[in-house]
This record gives sequence, structure tokens and C-alpha cells, in this order.
Amino acid sequence: MYLNTCLRLLHDAEQRLAESFRQVARGHRAEADLAALADLLADQCCDHLAELAPLVRRYREQPTDEPERPPLAALSGVRSGPLGLVRDLQDLYLLASFVAITWTLLRQAGQTIHDAEILHAVDWCQAQTDEQLAWLRTRLAEAAPQALIAS
Amino acid sequence: MSEQPVVPDRVADPWGRRTPYPAGGNWPTRVDEHLVAGVSADQVRQWVTSACVLCSNGCGLRIGVADGRVVGVRGQAGDRVNRGRLGPKGLYGWQGQQRDRLTTPLVRAEGGELVACDWDTAMNRVVARSRELLDRWGPLSHAFYTSGQLLLEEYYTLSVIGKAGLGTPHMDGNTRLCTATADAALKESFGTDGQPACYADVDHCDTLVLHGHNAAETQTVLWARVLDRLAGPDRPRLVCVDPRRTEVARHADVHLPVRPGTNLALLNGLLREVLHRGWVDHDWVAAHTLGLDELARVVADYPAGRVADICGVSARDVLAAAEVFGTGQRVLSTVLQGVYQSHQATASACQVNNLHLLRGMLGRPGCGVLQMNGQPTAQNTRECGANGDLPGFRNWANPRHVRELAELWDVAEETIPHTGPPTHAMQIFRYAEQGSVRLLWIAGTNPAVSLPDLDRVRRILGGDTVFVVVSDAYLTETAELADVVLPSALWGEKTGTFTNTDRTVHLAEQAVPPPGQARGDLDTWLDYARRMGFRTRSGRPLPWWSTPAEAFAEWQRCSAGRPCDYTGMSYQALRERHGIQWPCTPDRPQGTERLYVDGVFNTDTDYCEDFGHELLTGAARTEQQHRATAPGGRALLRAAHHTEPPHGPNADYPLRLTTGRTVYHFHTRTKTGRAPQLAEAAPAPWVELSDVDARRLGVVEGDVVRLTTPQGSVELPARVVRAEPGTVFVPFHYGQRASESTLDGGRTHAANELVPTGWDPVSKQPVVKVCGVRVRRVGAGTGPAPAPELGAARRVVVGPPGATAAGGDRPCT
Repeated sequence: MYLNTCLRLLHDAEQRLAESFRQVARGHRAEADLAALADLLADQCCDHLAELAPLVRRYREQPTDEPERPPLAALSGVRSGPLGLVRDLQDLYLLASFVAITWTLLRQAGQTIHDAEILHAVDWCQAQTDEQLAWLRTRLAEAAPQALIAS
Repeated sequence: MSEQPVVPDRVADPWGRRTPYPAGGNWPTRVDEHLVAGVSADQVRQWVTSACVLCSNGCGLRIGVADGRVVGVRGQAGDRVNRGRLGPKGLYGWQGQQRDRLTTPLVRAEGGELVACDWDTAMNRVVARSRELLDRWGPLSHAFYTSGQLLLEEYYTLSVIGKAGLGTPHMDGNTRLCTATADAALKESFGTDGQPACYADVDHCDTLVLHGHNAAETQTVLWARVLDRLAGPDRPRLVCVDPRRTEVARHADVHLPVRPGTNLALLNGLLREVLHRGWVDHDWVAAHTLGLDELARVVADYPAGRVADICGVSARDVLAAAEVFGTGQRVLSTVLQGVYQSHQATASACQVNNLHLLRGMLGRPGCGVLQMNGQPTAQNTRECGANGDLPGFRNWANPRHVRELAELWDVAEETIPHTGPPTHAMQIFRYAEQGSVRLLWIAGTNPAVSLPDLDRVRRILGGDTVFVVVSDAYLTETAELADVVLPSALWGEKTGTFTNTDRTVHLAEQAVPPPGQARGDLDTWLDYARRMGFRTRSGRPLPWWSTPAEAFAEWQRCSAGRPCDYTGMSYQALRERHGIQWPCTPDRPQGTERLYVDGVFNTDTDYCEDFGHELLTGAARTEQQHRATAPGGRALLRAAHHTEPPHGPNADYPLRLTTGRTVYHFHTRTKTGRAPQLAEAAPAPWVELSDVDARRLGVVEGDVVRLTTPQGSVELPARVVRAEPGTVFVPFHYGQRASESTLDGGRTHAANELVPTGWDPVSKQPVVKVCGVRVRRVGAGTGPAPAPELGAARRVVVGPPGATAAGGDRPCT
């Protein structure tokens, strides 16, 4: 049983996503919508971390195949210019996708062992992650023509 | 009632004499007239059909002409909007058109100054730059930022030039600042733009709820109609949601002075009460809406006590307001800038729609929602696509809608930009700042005063990253920064139509010629298109029309079969019948008073204007997602949680700054500031402080105070008012010119110096009504602040200690 591994992966990924949203909020201040929204989305990730914390504790004693290489790193700083913005949002999209699919893994595991606490967490957190992805797709689609063609 | 014109003093009394009437009665006629001194009515040679363009009411009027000059205006007795009345701006504002006009084009010379020239020189310069940029960078290098004050024919023509000629998605109006949220909320809830209710609902309602809508100052003639109902035999109950103690608040049965930025929490609380107290029309909701479970789940978190804590009002008042709304039999709700320009704008405006959907209270006399417009022709900016949308409320994400337009315009589908939503104003300015929008054409608006974070806006317009063309009637703060300035004709100097906030279309005919070489924006844009050589696939010039009447006929074709159908109208019918409400088709030539009378909304996936968004982030829904929910004509109950405003108060900036419009002025005062009665009534800006805050800061009436936010600071004379402590108000009309006669000469007093850049995630409307601010006394002033003794700006009467504590007293009626 590798539930512990799954929970840790998710916890780490949410943490990296939160950090990356904050970096984008700070680093792209001139994009006024990002400054406000990326902070809000980072807060959501922090809420997810709080929800995950008791689960991580509960399954801490289980075996894990750690230490392993972190699957995706947080942003190591923001890029500049219109294309840089698109690239940063793309990176956020990768991180958020990893979070989303890991919530799916957790849901599958939770359903299998009838763990109501896990299922409750998955229920609302995954919905928020899906909205984060939808927002990133929306924002990237809007930014792409100007960044790729006119800049 | 008498139809003899009355010659009022609308400055002293903006609403005029009462003409009370009962529920279901006809609002009595009262004809207001103003002629310049020395001219009597019998000297007027001609009364020309028109309507007022100084707020979204669009009051029908006639323009009096003598000796080739406009000498006055008279309200149109038979007009459904105003029944003869005119407000202060309508009566006096037109005089501002007779001063300081631009009469020749101007181009920037080598030495940097603007110099007069002829049209050929100016247009050649525009076209040369435009061609060069188009060849090198393509259509994404071009952007247009226009107005809510031009005419339908002008907007539609520009829309066609932008979308079918150039092919740029970068087009917006300053309607983004005033009415984008009305538009967005209507799309989210009902599937397309389009005002559900109408002004006649004031005649029928038994309950009125005004959300962030200071109607007494923003639409004085609408407020006169409300006052006449309040003074009549069966007075409707009135709820006012407004941080300030406005004239509306003074008449309200319940006033909720919410903290700026907390509308959504209040509305969620009201929705919760409506659900919990069982004021829901369950059969109607089941048949005509989608999303009740999700809405109920979200609003369950907003019991009155929590709402009271967030909003800074008493739980008892929240419950009282809910009860007034929930027990009314015919409820009319209105929404304006207190919601639209504030935090979580679209989410909040949608909740007002939801309140009415839960009660099944739409589409019947007295029952409805007015998602108001700010500017007189904002509706046309939206429906014609001058706000960037596809015209006729078409959906850019629906390939069939794009094809319809391609066929109508005889251009390739690929030409029409539809990779995403149109680029909104703030993003256009961002692209200009980054240098990827290289030509920005601004018409009939003054962003160097009206946009947030003015330092930045002026830097962009005055810098060398973007070639700026300005079409305007005056040398505004914006025109002064342009590379080319084109002189525009104004209202009364050109012919065309426009549509007010309750879908009433008026014809505004030319009464006098424009001054000097000035000409209508329709002519200017057609000239540009001809010089650029835009063509249809079959080789016709694009646009192929040249007169307003031809442009109107083309728009009728474009509107056919869409919610804003104009096919049953004509200039002649508008001339005879004054105002006609769309949709108006050949089999419904009388027009349509209310939308959605059958409870069928425009949400069918193939018909709707938008597939919707998540309200918190603005994440777009896809066609697939929309189709999967199968709304099929049912309205959508969209829900969202309250969040704290990102630029709200904190330890360094502890008060809440809010900005707004006041009764005597419009927009950046380009016209009203030049009309003597209006300029004199409110000559310079001020700041309103609550008496409680004033005492704490050691400020008395007229003292000069400095307001500071992270964006900047301004110094203004203080008006001490009775209001909830913690909220500070500055009128937003005043730009650089306001200060010439006051205080520190030269320095700008624009409220927007203080406001950070930020916008609603769905409507993209800038947030100018909530940010943290610090206030310090600078010194004594030279007397009372130059604010009107009226409405929310009314001075606190100094009484014994304690007598001026905020709140508590009953409103006078």
C-alpha cells in the first residue's frame, strides 16, 4: 500500500504550486489581474495543504518508496516580457496538471478503502484545482496571439 | 397635468416639482425647458428631434434652433422615458458644446507641439502609419478605444472596419468602465446581453431595491419617477444598498451602508434568507432555472450575523431588507456602479439576477431587474460590437455565428478575429505599454483622466511605444498626448440613433453644422477605411455605406433574428413615436416592453452569446461544457463565495476609498464643466469624510487633507458628512483642469491618481470603488468645501457633542 507516497507527492506538489503562484503574483505585478488572482489561487493551494495535513499524519507510518526525485520543480524565478509570461503560465499549468491527476489517484485509493476523510478532501480540493487549470487555459489562450505573433 | 413648459432651476432642485401617481398609473407629464437668456420660445425657428446624451436615461427632447445656433432644449412630452422632464445635465449640459471646440485636425510637429493642419495631412499621417504597421506586424498591432457616447451608426461602422477590414480583436469602449458588468452578468444569467425590465416597471412595483445605484444623482429623471411613486397613494417600499448616505438612502425604509467591497457577502446573505424563509417560487425555479443546489450550498455559509460582520451593517437590517424583498409582490431591483465598479462585480450582479430568479419575478409588470448602464449610448457600444464583442450579441466561440457575419460582410471567416474574447481596455493599454499595440485610436473618451493609475496611463499615451490618434471635440488631457488629433462633431451636429438602458431607441437628428472642419466620427472612420482600401471578397469597398441612414439599414440586417432585433424600426417611425424599445420586428413594430415574459431565456447553446465563466477566476466554460448542462432556455443560477478585496484597507492605509459620479457632472466634465450652471454648481473636487473620522483626524469642514494610497496622493478640501466611519469618497470627474482655480495650481486632483489597476475577472471592469487610503490634515481651507449641499455631500449640521454620531436616526421621507 503506497497511500503514504501518494499523499506526500500531492502535499509536495501543492506546496510547489502555491509557491509558484506566489512567484507569478509578485513577479508579474504589471499584469494586474495576475497579481490579484495568482495570490488567491496560492491561498487555495494552502487550504488544500491544511486539508491534507491530517491525512499525511494518519498514513505517515505506511511504507514509502521515498526518497525520490521530485517530479516537477517550483518556478525558480519569473521570466520577463509577453513570451516570458506565457512560459511561466505554461509551467504553472504543468504543476497544476500534476496536482490534478494526483488528486484523481487519491480519489481512486480513497474509494477503494472507503476512507470518507480522503473522499471529502478530494471532493472540494480537486474541483478547485480543475478551476485553476481552466483559468490557466483561459489566460494562456488569451495571451498567446499577442505574445507569439505581435511582440 | 399641464403640458405647458416649465422653466425650472434644476441646479437648486435637480428633480423638480412632484407629480405623484399611484401603482399602475401613468406617470404624469411635466415638460421642462431651458432657453438661453434673451431668447424666448417664439424666437425658436426649429425644434429638432433628439434625446439627451448625458446619462443612460436617454430622455427624449427637442433641440431649439435659432439663427443656425442651438438656443435651448425642451423635454419631449410624449416620450416614454421622461414624459417631458429633463435633469440638470440635460437642461444645461449642451451649452458646453459651444465652447473650446476643436475646429481643425492637429498633428505633432518635429518640435513636439501639436499644430493645426487640414484633413488630408492628418489622415495621410494616420494611414501611412497604419499601413506600415499592418504590413510589418499584422492586425494585432492596431487597437481602438472608444466611448459610450457615440451613435449606433458610428459604432457599427467601426466594428465592421475593425473586425472585417483590419481583423483586430483589440477594440473596446469606455463602457468597460461603466457597464461591462451589466453586460457580463446578463450573459452569465440569461445567455445574452439585454435588459430584462423597463422603466415602466417603476409605475407598477410595490418594492424597489437599489444596489449601489445612486439614482438620485446618476439618473435624476428616473429618480423623479421614483419620487413621484414614493409621494403617491400606494408608496412602494424602498431598500438602498450604498456605503454613503445618498438621497436614495434618505428615502429608504432600509438603508444598508455596506463597507465598499462587500456586496457579494450581503447578496449571498439575502439569497440565504430568501431560501430559508421559503420566499421561493419552487415550481417556477424548477421549470426555468438551473443550478439551485450549488447556489443553496454556497449561500448557506452566509447567515445574517456573518454578513453583518463582513459588511459592517447590523444583522437586523440585513434581515429587514431580506423581508422587504422576500415579501414584495412586485419587486424591481436596480444595479449600478456601487456593484459594477467594486470588488467581485460580476459575481455580485449575478446574485441580484438570482434573487429575482428564485422568486420567479421577471418579465411581468413591476417585476424585474434593471442592470443599469452608466453612459447614454453604452447599449449600442455593446450590441454593435464596439466593445469588441461580435455584433448582434453573437458568440465568438460559436463558428456558426462567425460564419453568419462573414456572409453578411462578404469577407473570409478567418478575417474576423475569434481566437478568444475581445481584448478589454486595460489589456489594450498593457499591450500598448509593452509596445505590441503600436497604433491606438481613441475616440470620444478621455482615459488620461478616467482610467485607474493615471501616471501610468499618461506615460503610455505620451511615450513612443504607440502612435496615438485621438478623435474628440475638445483638446482633452488625452488629446494633448496624441500624435494626431481629429476634430469631432457632437450631438446635435450629426444624425444617428442610440439606445438607453431600458432598450429604448431614439433618433438624434442634426440640428446645426459642426464647428470649423469638425466632422462626425462616422465620416472619419469611413474616410480611414476608404484610404486604407478595405474591400469585400467581391471587391466592393468595405464598409460599402456612407450615410447614417445606410449604416442603420445595415445594422438592421445584422441584428435580424438576434435578441436586439431592429428590423421593425425606421428613422421615420422613431421620429413619430419618439422612443421604441428593441426587439422590434415587422410583426412587432410597437417594440417590446419586457424580455423573458414566458420565462424562456437566451441560454440555448446555439443561440447564446457566451458559454459562461467561473465567477471567482473568470475561467471560461467551453461549448462542450455548456452543451452538457443543456440549459435550453433555462436561466443559470451562478454562485460564488465572498473574498477580501485585494487592495482593501490595511494597517498603513486604514480607510476605504471609494469614488463615483455626482449630480451635476458627467464623465470627465468635458461638456458639463463647460456649462456655466453646472460648472458653478460643483466647480472643483472635494473629499467626503464621515463626521466620526473627521473628528478623529482633527479635520473640520473645508480643511485641506492629503489622501495617500500606494498609487499616489492628492490634496482636497474636506466635506464632513454624516456617514459610516471608515469610508472616504472622492468624485471622479475632475482631471488636471479642475485644479487651475483652486489649491495648488497645476496639480491634478483626479480621483484615479489614487486608484490601483485591477479589474473584475469576468467583466474586466476596472475596480475603482475599493482601495485602502490614508488621510492626513494638511491645513485650514478657505471656507466650506466646493461640494453641493445635496445628496450624500450634504454637510453635517454641527450640534451638541454626540449629536452627530453616525447612523441610528430614521431616514426622512
